[in-house]
This record gives sequence, C-alpha cells and structure tokens, in this order.
Amino acid sequence: MTRPDMSVEIAGIKMRNPVMTASGTFGYGAEFVGYLDLESIGAMVSKGLSLKPKAGNPTPRIVETPGGMLNAIGLQNVGVDAFINQKLPYLKDVDTPVIVNLYGNTLEEYGEVAARLDGQPGVAGIEVNISCPNVMQGGIVFGTDPQAAQEVVRLVRNNTSKPMIVKLSPNVTDVVLMAKACADAGADALSLINTLTGMAIDLDKRRPVLANVTGGLSGPAIKPVALRMVWQVAKAVKLPLIGIGGIMNARDALEFILAGATAIQVGTASFLDPGAAQQIARGMEAYLAEKGIPSIASMIGALEV
Amino acid sequence: MQFKSMVLSNVEVSPGYFRMRMTAPQELLESSPGQFLMLKVVDAIDPLLRRPFGLFDVGTFAPEYAGCGTQCYTEILYKVVGKGTKMLSALHHGDLVDLLTPLGKGFAAGPAGEEKVLVGGGIGLAPLYYLAKDLVMKGEKVRLFAGGRNRDDILCITEFERLGVETYVSTDDGTLGERGLVTQVLEQHLGSGMRIFACGPTPMLKAVALMAQSHGVPCQVSMEAGMACGVGACLGCVLKGANHTDETPDYRCVCKDGPVFDSFELQWS
Ligand SMILES: Cc1cc2nc3c(=O)[nH]c(=O)nc-3n(C[C@H](O)[C@H](O)[C@H](O)COP(=O)(O)OP(=O)(O)OC[C@H]3O[C@@H](n4cnc5c(N)ncnc54)[C@H](O)[C@@H]3O)c2cc1C
Ligand SMILES: Cc1cc2nc3c(=O)[nH]c(=O)nc-3n(C[C@H](O)[C@H](O)[C@H](O)COP(=O)(O)O)c2cc1C
Ligand code: FES
Repeated sequence: MTRPDMSVEIAGIKMRNPVMTASGTFGYGAEFVGYLDLESIGAMVSKGLSLKPKAGNPTPRIVETPGGMLNAIGLQNVGVDAFINQKLPYLKDVDTPVIVNLYGNTLEEYGEVAARLDGQPGVAGIEVNISCPNVMQGGIVFGTDPQAAQEVVRLVRNNTSKPMIVKLSPNVTDVVLMAKACADAGADALSLINTLTGMAIDLDKRRPVLANVTGGLSGPAIKPVALRMVWQVAKAVKLPLIGIGGIMNARDALEFILAGATAIQVGTASFLDPGAAQQIARGMEAYLAEKGIPSIASMIGALEV
Repeated sequence: MQFKSMVLSNVEVSPGYFRMRMTAPQELLESSPGQFLMLKVVDAIDPLLRRPFGLFDVGTFAPEYAGCGTQCYTEILYKVVGKGTKMLSALHHGDLVDLLTPLGKGFAAGPAGEEKVLVGGGIGLAPLYYLAKDLVMKGEKVRLFAGGRNRDDILCITEFERLGVETYVSTDDGTLGERGLVTQVLEQHLGSGMRIFACGPTPMLKAVALMAQSHGVPCQVSMEAGMACGVGACLGCVLKGANHTDETPDYRCVCKDGPVFDSFELQWS
C-alpha cells in the first residue's frame, strides 16, 4: 500500500507533514534533540523574539489548572541578533523549515525585527505575534484592535520578503473581524489561537498564584475554543490557517484539519512529552492509512455540518 | 532519556512520606547525584504536567525470577502535598509510570579529602542519599545534618548511618535529636576544610548559604521551582542570579542551569 501524502504548503513553505511546534513551547529546537527527530516534523517555530533581549516576568511564572496551565513567562528571549548568531547556525543544518516568531514592544520594533530576519537564508518564514501590549499606548494589546493589528501587519509586510504568518489572539469579541483585518493588511497565512488570558488564586494566602497576576491559558482545556475559532475563520477568509490550542494527539490534530486548518502546532503537549510532535505526525499518517485516505490535503476543511 | 518504568515498590516510610523504587535502563547508572526526574503519574490530562523529583538512589539489583541478569533501578523519596503526589502514593508493584531523566546539573563532589557536609531539611533529604552513597564510595568523610518540624520529617536516617555517615538530627519540637533549627546545629560544627551540599526549603537554604559564605565554606544548594517541561524550553522555572537587577536581569533555569547551584550564583535577598 502506498503511504498517504502528508505534505502541505503554507504560503510557499513546503512541509513534509502538517505538524509544527508552537512558539515558546519548543525552545530554540536544540533542547529537544534526543527526544525526537527534528527532521520528522513539518516545521519548527522559535520562541518569540524581540529587538533586544527580554528578561521576562518575576516568578512564579507557571501554574497548572484543570486540563491546562497558565503561563506568564513575559516573552523572555535572547533577542533577534543573538538568535541569528547563536541559535540559527545550528538549525541551518536541520532539514526542516524554521519559522521565526517575533513581536515588538512598539510598532516600530515589529518592523525592525522583521527587517533583521529578512536577509537570513535559514529563516523559512516569520510568524507575527500580535498578542502583546503596545508600551507606547498604555499597554493596549495590538491583537485586540483591528486597526492596531493592521498597522503592525502592514509595517512587517513592508519589511519582509519572507512568507508572513500572523498569529491571532483569542482574547477578542470577534476573531473573524481580526482575521479579515490581518488578511487585508497583507498576511500570507494566519495561525490561531494564542493563549486565553486567565488567572489562578491561592485561597488561603488570598493572593494570585502568578506574580504577574494574570497569565495565558494553554493545553487541552482550550481546545474547544480553538476549534471553534479555526472553523469560524476558515469560513470567512481564504488564507491558509494553522490550528493551535490543546492538541495532545493525532486525533486532536486531525479535528483541526477538518475544521479548516492546513497545518497545526503542538504546544503544551511538548512539555508532557518532548517527543509529542513526532508522535502526532506519525499518528496522523497512521489514521489516514487505516482509513484509506490518500492525502491530508483532502481532509482540509472537510467538516460536514 | 524518556522511558516507561515499572513500579517495584512504593512504601510509606513515615506518615505522608513515600519511597518508591522503579525499573530504569542501565544508562541511568551514568547519572550524577543532584539530578532529577520528571514523572508522569497517569496517562491522562489531570494532573496534566509531569512532577519533578530528585534521584534518591540509583543502583542495580538481581530480580527474583531466574535467568535474568542484574537490573537497574531508581528510587524517589516524596512527600504527599497535592493531587499528583496523592495519586503517586496509590501506585503498586507492576504499575507503569513515564519518566524523563536524568535532568539538570547535579552536585560537584569537589576535591578529595575535604569533609563533605550534607544539610537536609525535611523532604530535602531526598537527593542527599544518592550523593552520600557516591561520596562514601569515593572514600570521602561524610556528615549529615538533617532537620524537620518533628520526628516524622526525619527520613531514612538509618540508611545514611548504614553507609557510615555521621548524622546530626534536629527537630523544631525536639521529638527527635536536638531541639532547634538544623542551621543552629550546623553552625556549631562549621570549620575550614569543609564543603556543604544542601537541599530543603528556600528559607533554610538561604540561611545555610549565608552562613557558609560568612565562614568561607564552599556551598552548593539544590533549588526548587514550579516546572512545566524540565528541559529548558518553557522558561517557567527561573530564579534570580546573583547580579540580577530590574535593569540588568539575570535569570537562571532551575531545570537546566540547576537544580544544584553554587551559593554565589544566586540572589538571596
Ligand atoms: C528539581 C525538583 C526536585 C524535587 N524533588 C522532590 C523530591 O525528591 N521529593 C518530593 O517530595 N518533592 C520534590 N519536589 C517537589 C515536588 O515536585 C512537588 O511536591 C510536586 O510536584 C507536587 O505535586 P502535587 O501534584 O502533589 O501537588 P500540587 O497539587 O501541584 O500542589 C500542591 C501544593 O504543593 C505545592 N507545590 C507544588 N509544586 C511544588 C514544588 N515544586 N515545590 C514546593 N511546593 C510545591 C503547591 O504550591 C501546592 O500548595 C521537587 C521539585 C523540584 C523542582
Ligand atoms: C510557556 C509558554 C510560552 C509561550 N510563548 C509564546 C511566544 O513566545 N510567542 C507566541 O506567539 N506564543 C507563545 N505561546 C503560545 C503557544 O505558542 C500556543 O499558541 C498556546 O500555548 C496554545 O497551544 P497549546 O494549547 O497547544 O499549548 C506560549 C505558550 C506557553 C505555554
Ligand atoms: S521547567 Fe521548563 S524551562 Fe525549566
């Protein structure tokens, strides 16, 4: 029997299968060598990079909640230049596309980070995280205001020739409105969802558990919300989508494909099992083989409602 | 490494404290004291994350069934504090758990001939047994200062004594050993030519680190922090490095840069 064709393409980035690693949950890739074969997955997404190195938040930064976890890491990262000089050379020898997740504390920083990555041959594409506060405008999150999001996307578009994925925040009233705004501003693809803002309280101490008070919820608890958002956006925009949120196994991943995602990202699952992304890729292929489905492409958006 | 491990025994050694032995691959014999494992209690989403535990012991045993060579095991010593450890305490011989280990940076034994001083507070004793075994095997003189709130918190002392380790016990309520804090007993015995290895609650580690620094005694501490991944990817488990300021931040990962740190590496204020 011939193996099912698992390959997909997102904005010109060719991937051997639809399984990517989610930003902030896979380090810079090298941390996972020995637990999985980096060349068994579709693409790697780096930790979110900023112009300058970022220290991140005080601790405690993480706490487990039922079926999920809250994190308030505070976007700690080595900065775009150190990434290019110290992390990227290792990844260049790995035959798997590297997508760089980036963010800015100001509008201008987004453009500058994108510009510095533009000439880098080891970077297959960029993923723009718009779920961060704009320090110049009282901390309003770029990704919750359609106009602010469009400004970011346009500026990055003008500073990059790479495929540009825009990562949407779920902390909005109407995700479709945000998706359309980003599509109109020049995004090549959309990834969703980022974490849902939440909090945890220590009753006896009468204090929030996280030093930052609030944090981003990820893990199985958010999967239904993520699926719904992917499905809604898939009906409304033509761009390829990357589904993210609580994907723990191959069946979860395939549900996102049915809902309209071309590819998926594995986040929190990599903490439970550092080899999760590889196992999910393998499991997806096994499912198609078992059901006699010739290609993953035929399942994209094939949900019957 | 990541592997499935079979529970060999899981015994309550003191009220609320369990000692669990599990099978392990031979490669674990290469681990060093102070390193830890991440254990997935159940193959389900609640509790979701792995739980970190220090390596209490690593060794080999001869299984009872015939025709089988020696087999490697690892042990953890744990306190039941919440959902994960409660579920763990219900496991029996033959149950399977999923382990990631050896993780992190362990203790550095230091030059031969020094007096090796181990300081454990409560469950902080866990990684010190593997260390004591290793040091005794190297022919070092080892002393242990163990402290706890009451006698129930003083764990596996006879195990240490069996190795030939000289032990000093103290409890807050005086139900075992001297009445008082382990640090008070330690201070009476501090001198040159010593090296301290400490694990326990952070306030105790702070007291030990500052005392060691003021006596000019080198000191390593094994730290804890909430962890998600254990491999340096999530950046959830950081502590402030010695030179950390808000303007020039310096965070260290407990899982990757630690859990064992030189006392001078960290900020104690
Ligand atoms: C490197 C490292 C080594 C460790 N070694 C050991 C060991 O050898 N033996 C042992 O018994 N424990 C050890 N711990 C602590 C152990 O991991 C926690 O007690 C355990 O994860 C609690 O899980 P739970 O589901 O039972 O508790 P939860 O339900 O998660 O929490 C219950 C309570 O325990 C507290 N708690 C949770 N995690 C920790 C933690 N890491 N430290 C202190 N309090 C915590 C919570 O704040 C909460 O109040 C170690 C921790 C680290 C980071
Ligand atoms: C510890 C942690 C750090 C994260 N860091 C980033 C980041 O730097 N940039 C980003 O766009 N998303 C970040 N995310 C969000 C994830 O990429 C992903 O969107 C989210 O966790 C939902 O997927 P999951 O449920 O599979 O984890 C982070 C998530 C976690 C748990
Ligand atoms: S536990 Fe994830 S970085 Fe240390």
